[in-house]
Amino acid sequence: MKTVIIKYNAGNVQSVMYALDRIGASYLLTDDEAEIRSADKVIFPGVGEASTAMAYLRARGLDKLIPSLKQPVLGTCIGMQLLCRYSEENDTTCMGVFDVDIRRFPGDLGLKVPHVGWNNINDLKGPLTKGLPENAFMYFVHSYCADVCDYTVATCDYGRPFSAMLQKDNFYAAQFHAEISGNVGQRILENFLTL
Amino acid sequence: MLTKRIIPCLDIKDGRTVKGTNFVNLRDAGDPVELGAIYAQEGADELVFLDITATVDERKTLIDLVRKVAHAVNIPFTVGGGISSVADVSALLNAGADKVSINSSAVRNPDLINELALEFGSQCIVVAIDTRYIRVEPGAEGLGQGETDLNATPSALNSQLFDHIVHTHGGRKPTALRTITWAKEVEERGAGEILLTSMDTDGTKAGFALDLTARISAAANIPVIASGGAGSMDHFVDVFTTGKADAGLAASIFHFKEIDIPELKGYLHQQGIPMRLTL
Repeated sequence: MKTVIIKYNAGNVQSVMYALDRIGASYLLTDDEAEIRSADKVIFPGVGEASTAMAYLRARGLDKLIPSLKQPVLGTCIGMQLLCRYSEENDTTCMGVFDVDIRRFPGDLGLKVPHVGWNNINDLKGPLTKGLPENAFMYFVHSYCADVCDYTVATCDYGRPFSAMLQKDNFYAAQFHAEISGNVGQRILENFLTL
Repeated sequence: MLTKRIIPCLDIKDGRTVKGTNFVNLRDAGDPVELGAIYAQEGADELVFLDITATVDERKTLIDLVRKVAHAVNIPFTVGGGISSVADVSALLNAGADKVSINSSAVRNPDLINELALEFGSQCIVVAIDTRYIRVEPGAEGLGQGETDLNATPSALNSQLFDHIVHTHGGRKPTALRTITWAKEVEERGAGEILLTSMDTDGTKAGFALDLTARISAAANIPVIASGGAGSMDHFVDVFTTGKADAGLAASIFHFKEIDIPELKGYLHQQGIPMRLTL
């Protein structure tokens, strides 16, 4: 099986590579179209800022390539946000796989922003959370989030409910960092790789 | 619900843990990789590795260590000690660190915080603040003495003359910065979290600096990791309730098994503190 991690200008690609090393999965880090198209699984990770990341993807045509992929694709954190329609972060038009917008956590809830730390996910649906209990804890670091919508397959609550995971056809996405979310996070990556 | 975090801190010298440990099940008590992996399995929420040597040669040892830790540990970890440039941070993040912690270099060059936040994102920039409650010398640069109220009670007058002042160089060297002012500034400049160490309580095992922690936590809209003074499980209860901390950090009490992490997290959970409980 060929797993590709999409190489772009977002941080934390290393963390995903190490996580795959820990579960003994091989992978290729690349931004080459042919390599990405021929992969069995594609991981689109990242932390960073939305407009800079989208500009980078556009400059390399990856903004057209990624939504056209037919194999299972997993976007995490900013990778998930870029798969949505629009992000309030610097007024960024994203790739639009998921018909939902990314909005900043309101500052008036008396909660600290960013949302940093371990929070539990609920209303679990779909194959990636197979074998996980409700209330499983995942590690989050983000200031923007997707509302709960038709594609939501896991919710989380920080002042208000938001989408912890999305799924539509072959596209899967997680707002949290499964790669550093302990054994339960590892299980999500394993579930993705065995789809 | 977002949980409070328990963070063991490992001090590193020449790629080895210092201060020793009491882990009987460790093959090598000085191996930070093995110790880190055990803490992760025990349910620690994050790890902090603090390099206390950090000369140029030793940086290479540190990078090597970070790579090994990243392979062995499946929870977030922060690396601190001697970091003073974008290149330093880049090397550590590339080796697999999830966050870096900067301290003296940020006081010396506050623009560094902005540069790092812009380059790598606020989420991975922790600013460590070491602080001590000292007498504020009248006229000290940047501090001022404030208006002295002639009708103030002696204790109120005292509170005008003393304040929590930021220290550098492992807490030895006072700066001209009030802790609350600096905390707000690091947030504005793009820090993602504050690691607040009270040098007054550090090592005492008499409890965290609760008033200070609560003040900083209220002033900053970013998470505050409280450090210094943990000696019992109730001290952690206090720091999360009275102290309003988002995370509690400690070193030797965990290394010497004076407090067992699963037991601590179970206790905090019973006390109504939101905790991530693992199997």
